[in-house]
Amino acid sequence: MKTQEKISVPFAEGAWKKAINVKDFVRLNVTPFEGDAQFLTGPTHATLQLWNTCLAAMKLEREQNGCLDIDTETISTITSHAPGFIEKDLEKIVGLQTDALLKRAIKPFGGVRVVEGAAKEKGHLLSYKVKEVFDYVKDHNTAVFSAYDPEILKFRSKGILTGLPDNYARGRIIGDYRRLALYGADALIAAKQADKLAIDGELTEHQIRLREEVSDQIGALQSIKEMGAMYGLDLSRPAENAQEAVQWVYMAYLAAVKEQDGAAMSLGNVSTFLDIFIERDLADDIITEIDAQELIDQFVMKLRVVRHLRPGAYDDIFAGDPTWVTEAIGGHFEDGRTKVTKTSFRFLQTLYNLGPSPEPNLTVLWNNELPEGFKNFCAQVSIDTSSIQYENDDLMRNARGSDDYGIACCVSYQELGKRIQFFGARANLPKSLLLALNAGREENEGTVILKNIPAIKSDVLDYNEVLANFKLAIKEVVRVYCKSMNIIHYMHDKYYYEKAQLAFIDTDPGIDIAYGAAGISIIADSLAAIKYAKVTAVRNELGLTTGFEIEGSYPKYGNDNDNVDVIAQEISEFFFNELNTHKTYKNAKPTMSLLTITSNVMYGKMTGATPDGRLAGEPFAPGANPMHGRDTNGAIASLNSVAKLEYRYAQDGISNTMSMVAKSLGATPTDQTLNLVAVLDGYFAKKGHHLNVNVLNRETLMDAYEHPEKYPQLTIRVSGYAVNFIRLSKSHQLEVIARTFHENM
Amino acid sequence: MQIPENWLIHQDATPLNENDPDMLRVHSIETFGTHDGPGIRMVIFAQGCQFRCLYCANPDTWDVKGGTTKSIDEIVQMAIKEKPYFGKNGGVTVSGGEPTLQRSKLLQLFTKLHAHGINTALDSNGKLLNDEVKALLSETDYLLLDVKHFNDDWHHTLTAVSNQSVLKVAEYRESTGKPMWLRYVLVPGYSDQEEYLHQLGAHFKNYLTIEKIEIQPYHLLGAHKWEAMGLEYKLKDIKPPTAEALQKTAAIFKQYFKEVKIN
Repeated sequence: MKTQEKISVPFAEGAWKKAINVKDFVRLNVTPFEGDAQFLTGPTHATLQLWNTCLAAMKLEREQNGCLDIDTETISTITSHAPGFIEKDLEKIVGLQTDALLKRAIKPFGGVRVVEGAAKEKGHLLSYKVKEVFDYVKDHNTAVFSAYDPEILKFRSKGILTGLPDNYARGRIIGDYRRLALYGADALIAAKQADKLAIDGELTEHQIRLREEVSDQIGALQSIKEMGAMYGLDLSRPAENAQEAVQWVYMAYLAAVKEQDGAAMSLGNVSTFLDIFIERDLADDIITEIDAQELIDQFVMKLRVVRHLRPGAYDDIFAGDPTWVTEAIGGHFEDGRTKVTKTSFRFLQTLYNLGPSPEPNLTVLWNNELPEGFKNFCAQVSIDTSSIQYENDDLMRNARGSDDYGIACCVSYQELGKRIQFFGARANLPKSLLLALNAGREENEGTVILKNIPAIKSDVLDYNEVLANFKLAIKEVVRVYCKSMNIIHYMHDKYYYEKAQLAFIDTDPGIDIAYGAAGISIIADSLAAIKYAKVTAVRNELGLTTGFEIEGSYPKYGNDNDNVDVIAQEISEFFFNELNTHKTYKNAKPTMSLLTITSNVMYGKMTGATPDGRLAGEPFAPGANPMHGRDTNGAIASLNSVAKLEYRYAQDGISNTMSMVAKSLGATPTDQTLNLVAVLDGYFAKKGHHLNVNVLNRETLMDAYEHPEKYPQLTIRVSGYAVNFIRLSKSHQLEVIARTFHENM
Repeated sequence: MQIPENWLIHQDATPLNENDPDMLRVHSIETFGTHDGPGIRMVIFAQGCQFRCLYCANPDTWDVKGGTTKSIDEIVQMAIKEKPYFGKNGGVTVSGGEPTLQRSKLLQLFTKLHAHGINTALDSNGKLLNDEVKALLSETDYLLLDVKHFNDDWHHTLTAVSNQSVLKVAEYRESTGKPMWLRYVLVPGYSDQEEYLHQLGAHFKNYLTIEKIEIQPYHLLGAHKWEAMGLEYKLKDIKPPTAEALQKTAAIFKQYFKEVKIN
């Protein structure tokens, strides 16, 4: 890069100068880009050399049971570790979570026993000094279990509620990391100090807690300045050029992933913001396009090497060691202009410059009015890398009310800097249905879970009777689910508060509390079978259902058939409405997802045979997908069924994954690109919410299953995120291979 | 090399066109068709065919009494539900089987689709040309005309019928000025003779309505259906054309057609 030779063009001023308001800054200064991908450049030598070093380290990591090293002595904080580098002299963007590449840190405030166990599985012993700390202080995990009751424990151990963040950090919160670049830490500290002073009057419990939280946030901002100083950066002031803007944003994010190991630690929507600084430097001839791409490549490289220490059991529900560094790209402003900038392209270009990758979890906010050049480039990147997912910008912006949002975790809308989310994993709907068919007893062992479910009168199942029982079961499951969530989030705030992230969020933000339901397609098909065919329950000597005999045919979810699709809609609506009947911690607003992550495999293992003909132990379909092989009228009919699930009942997200071979998209590369654009336009016009797109062939996956060493970067999209295929367990790999592929050609 | 005579070939196809005027006899429907006309298409595979192509991938579409009947209005509703995916180019394609055996019903279908702004394509073997077919062609935005062979003897060998009607359909379509794509199934040893490829090109090179010719590489994906139906699959030893053979054929066609696509 050239040195700064002349004074930069000043930014357009507005409300953002008087208060913390990144949205206003972006709106006033953005340069929307309507062109195509021609301008993009390849990686620099420095970038390639750094990435090769990373790839070599990742190979070693895989060879060592998926973990290169752990610092078991040091509790990770924003300033706990000395600066780390990949190759210092080549790095345009610096900063690692610890002092060495891929060395994992311990964050025991989520649960020290879990950290100890995870370290042990990987051949490391947690330092006695660290353990000793917890003789004196409490962690989140211990605190939650001290408040749980027998009912919650039973629901949890029997797999009716699963994946609850009660022994790991909840994540999901997205700091508005752009704030550090735009304002610098000192201005943010001053604003927080003013906020704290304003918390006055009758000091309720809420206000006292808020004062303590804001104090913690101020402390975090001071630590961030210290961390910056360790790398020779003055984070107290705003970023002055593009390189600093990228670096400052990354430092703010780095603070978050040093302090927290939340399930998902999204980045937000930084590309459009960073573009403003890049455009100014380009206009001033301070940088070239090659420099601009290098900044983004190296930033993304850093995001690809974020690591957390996880236990093996965690891998069952969130397979492939994900970190969910989700970055939302594209979409529209409220005023109708596109948010696509050249830097939106540059982020996608990293998938070519550095090769495919699951992280960061690149999410395109699709809008049918997006510039054609951008649409085509997205489709091409999907076809070439299977690394991006799509979400419906119009649907979310209109329903949720702001154009300044990121995607929390996998698929969930999150206004930046204004609101946060409490993550809550999900309930197992098919298991709840089996409670309804077994008089409230768990189907495998007969343990009584619910007391108020009448016995089914006849083994030939009656739709109305089953539906009534099922709704009773859902009511109970939701009641217990809500209890557990309130406990979890109360304790997380108290013992593992995300001060580094909340420092970049308005004081006292609005909160969504995100519940989830798994197995909606099994429910739709099971109830449709009972309604339209003759289903007879087969019971064992304990009277528990072990199988179902189905006579006659019935409409199956995934074929655009209203008779069955309406059942999926009805149950989603019922579940959501039940959530709204309960009180929530901090008056959070309930939302619901139809999402599974990769836990559809684990759910399947734990769930007995279901009335749709699914055998005991067989995987669920991922997310809101139809069950494998039942969507027999082609991909569009399948998409249409899922698109009927209404976003207003599932604002936490409705995940759908489409896997196809390239040839089924069209005969030529141009046809394939245009047809994928048409699929996305169509699905989102039908009000579909989310779509993963995998363009692969089964043979490649089979070969990768047999010879993982040949496919170090093979990336596939799974429910709401992407994973490195060879880092999935063998059973997850087989499940992905067995999924519906649209192979018609 | 004669197609074995069997009961199917003597079937009377008239009822397909005349009975149940509001119902179409359908083999299957694929909602995500990307190889039968422009863009994303809902492809209706019509039931019934009188050609007996040696390489037929869908012999289960021959029987004029097979398949299931579906109301035309229901099909229109399906297409409307799919319309957002069609974009600028996509629409509905009726393939088969041989769709013109149900020409009067398809005229109704295509007219209704047009009323809803949905593009129509007809994938036909060109066996039939009468007033009803002409009326149908007037509601057909794209005619995908399968030319199985340019030499009539070879056409007989491959399909058990003459190609004269196919050429007449092409000629008629040209006279209407509406677009048409030719489709040519390349079967090694059967339809890859260079002299006939050149003759085909020379015959059509001045047609203004032909937007492109598509080479369809022969494949064996339908062979198992023959066996399931108790029929002998005569081409079981024929392998799909190599990439080289496809390129060679494409190079020949490029001398005559403005666009050549390997489908």
